[in-house]
Amino acid sequence: MKLTGRIIAAVLTVLCAVSPVRAAAGGEAAPAQVTVGSKVFTESVILGEMLQLLASEAGAQATHQRQLGGTRVLWNALLGGDIDAYPEYTGTLTQEILVDEKLRTQAQLEQALADRGLRMTAPLGFNNTYAMGVKETLARRLGLRTISDLKKHPDLVMGFGNEFMDRADGWPGLQTRYHLPQTNVRGLDHDLAYRGIASGTLDVTDIYTTDAEIAYYKLRALEDDLHYFPVYNAVILYRADLAQRAPEVVAMYKRLAGLIDAPTMSRLNAQVKLDGRSESAVAAGFLRRSLHLDVDEQVTSPWQRFWQHTVEHLVLVGISLSAAILLAIPLGILAARRQRIGQLVLGVAGIIQTIPSLALFVFMIPLLGIGGPPAIVALFLYSLLPIVRNTYAGLKDIPPAIVESAQALGLPRGARLRIVELPLATRAILAGIKTSAVINVGTATLGALIGAGGYGQPILTGIRLDNTALILQGAVPAAVLALLVQGIFELIERGLLPKGLRGQPGRAASASPP
Amino acid sequence: MARLEDHREIQHTSRMLVLSQVSKRYGGTEALTATDIQVSNGETLVLIGPSGCGKSTLLRLIAGLVQPDSGTITFEGSAVTPASILLARRRMGYVIQEGGLFPHLNVRENVTVMARYLRRDAAWIDGRLAELAQLVRLPQELMTRFPAELSGGQRQRVSLMRALMLDPDLLLLDEPLGALDPMIRYQLQQELKTIFAELGKTVVLVTHDIAEAAFFGQTLVLMRDGRIVQTGSFRDLARNPAEAFVEEFISAQREPMAQLAAALG
Repeated sequence: MKLTGRIIAAVLTVLCAVSPVRAAAGGEAAPAQVTVGSKVFTESVILGEMLQLLASEAGAQATHQRQLGGTRVLWNALLGGDIDAYPEYTGTLTQEILVDEKLRTQAQLEQALADRGLRMTAPLGFNNTYAMGVKETLARRLGLRTISDLKKHPDLVMGFGNEFMDRADGWPGLQTRYHLPQTNVRGLDHDLAYRGIASGTLDVTDIYTTDAEIAYYKLRALEDDLHYFPVYNAVILYRADLAQRAPEVVAMYKRLAGLIDAPTMSRLNAQVKLDGRSESAVAAGFLRRSLHLDVDEQVTSPWQRFWQHTVEHLVLVGISLSAAILLAIPLGILAARRQRIGQLVLGVAGIIQTIPSLALFVFMIPLLGIGGPPAIVALFLYSLLPIVRNTYAGLKDIPPAIVESAQALGLPRGARLRIVELPLATRAILAGIKTSAVINVGTATLGALIGAGGYGQPILTGIRLDNTALILQGAVPAAVLALLVQGIFELIERGLLPKGLRGQPGRAASASPP
Repeated sequence: MARLEDHREIQHTSRMLVLSQVSKRYGGTEALTATDIQVSNGETLVLIGPSGCGKSTLLRLIAGLVQPDSGTITFEGSAVTPASILLARRRMGYVIQEGGLFPHLNVRENVTVMARYLRRDAAWIDGRLAELAQLVRLPQELMTRFPAELSGGQRQRVSLMRALMLDPDLLLLDEPLGALDPMIRYQLQQELKTIFAELGKTVVLVTHDIAEAAFFGQTLVLMRDGRIVQTGSFRDLARNPAEAFVEEFISAQREPMAQLAAALG
């Protein structure tokens, strides 16, 4: 039990260690707080780094929520005020986010944004539209030059980024416009699609015209001969209130307009993806050269990053799991006591469990914004079922003779639960908690997609940069943490499990006669 | 109405336990048809019959483990209801077939659990524990053992100790020796009878073994299909069977013994 106390103390220490950081971030009133975001692909992260550096340069205290999971997450975060600015593309705004408004002109788009309390800068100077990418060798062999040429080859295997698969301006529209016959089409991560092409498992993928990989993998971008893809001019999208709160930051952002042409962006992307430089360094280098700003990239040591991810991950797991334990055990008891409510509770917890984890994270954004809180709530919901179910099963599995004996002694309900039933269900309940803990630690890596940080951060970056070492920097600690948490509960079990239940009940046979 | 009840109560002052028109259904099957039973102070009543006859249901109704669909149960002059049952149970000791001991508590903890819950004086608890251990002849060194570390007979002795801990007025035993092998069973029967006599307790005991019933019971209540077939001493049942079933039930269990005796003779 002493050990348990020490573990609890250690967890509390870790939890407390986080709060000063938060306090410092919200404490001083003088510099404006600016939070920028970026999507989960390299170009967006580089631009996001620029936004952070520029805001700092303008005197604001800037943070960057890197590589959030997809357009919707960022759009909702911007609307909700979780972030103040992020790099976006005009095509995405008109063809995807605001497609129902059928915006035709620049003025209409600006009005639609203004209606939502948003603004955008003038285009940054490059059009990063979609294209269909095919390996140069394959293109030459099949004579592919335009997207229309794909019609003659229905057997080609297509793999598209998940966003492109579902977007109104993505594959569904493209297929209709060109009458493409291919049926072997799958959705996958945009960065992984390049690897699919390189390994030959995929023949055609969607590419962003500024992607560094086009040259690296020797791909041919097929001509959009029916002019299906709209123009995707990069802009900075920001909240109108930022202009009041931190006008100097907005002024800084406006200086980016027209500054980055397509070859430049492609080169910056290549510096990160192919040369292995950090987004921060590439962004800072560009700003120094083009705007003659004296900005420094943020240098964080791997250990600093590791420590930060560890703290973030522990906070996610610690709070969500503790809350789940506190609620799930009473729910399990209730379920065991009352048949009807029990079925309802188990049913609801079961339904929550079937929601894909990423979807659950994203569901939380409109309610709780981005960052730690929505991730904690999602993880909390995920952790409920194993504990509820095991508490229920543990109580239900107690032999009726024992339950009745406790009743017949005259012990009231609460005392029966405390003295007899819960101790006998200890093993089952702890098994449920262990299952929840392992699921929780693993699922928490997805929190990075909604800005909650943790070990998912290096994993996401690693996938994006095709860097296995980076992926392992997140995956290995997550696995170790899962084992560690399980070990802790193993120790708690040793302290908590009643002595009479520890050994195998095999001694009865060899006991002395009555 | 009130007067009538008063009158009945006065009539039954020597009755520790009165069941009147008590019935119980489980789903579609009638476990117990409307039944009357009276148990006097100090009497040992044995409920006997084939499995499923309703004898255990009757015992569980008395202990308040199940609620009757109709009828009333009066224990020491007051009605047993869900509201009063917790207090009533402290004056009843209950022993079931497998002992129903709590596997996570040792012998001492099992026996004293209710006394400790009621915050009885520690010295009193220790004294009572030693006294009961002596009564059921359980060695002191077993007090720290867990149920899994005891033999079947030892477990039944502990279960009896637990039932007797608060010195109840009524002892309910549901096939207390059913799970034991014949030698130990025989030995414990002898001891139990001595203990009952020594303590002068009112006892209601359930068994399916006619010899055991005859051995313990002043009064036997033979049951079948949820109703009482005949009430009386073993002699009554054997000599004046109320129906053919009584004879069959007795001879079915006596027959093997008779054959054995014949073979030996």
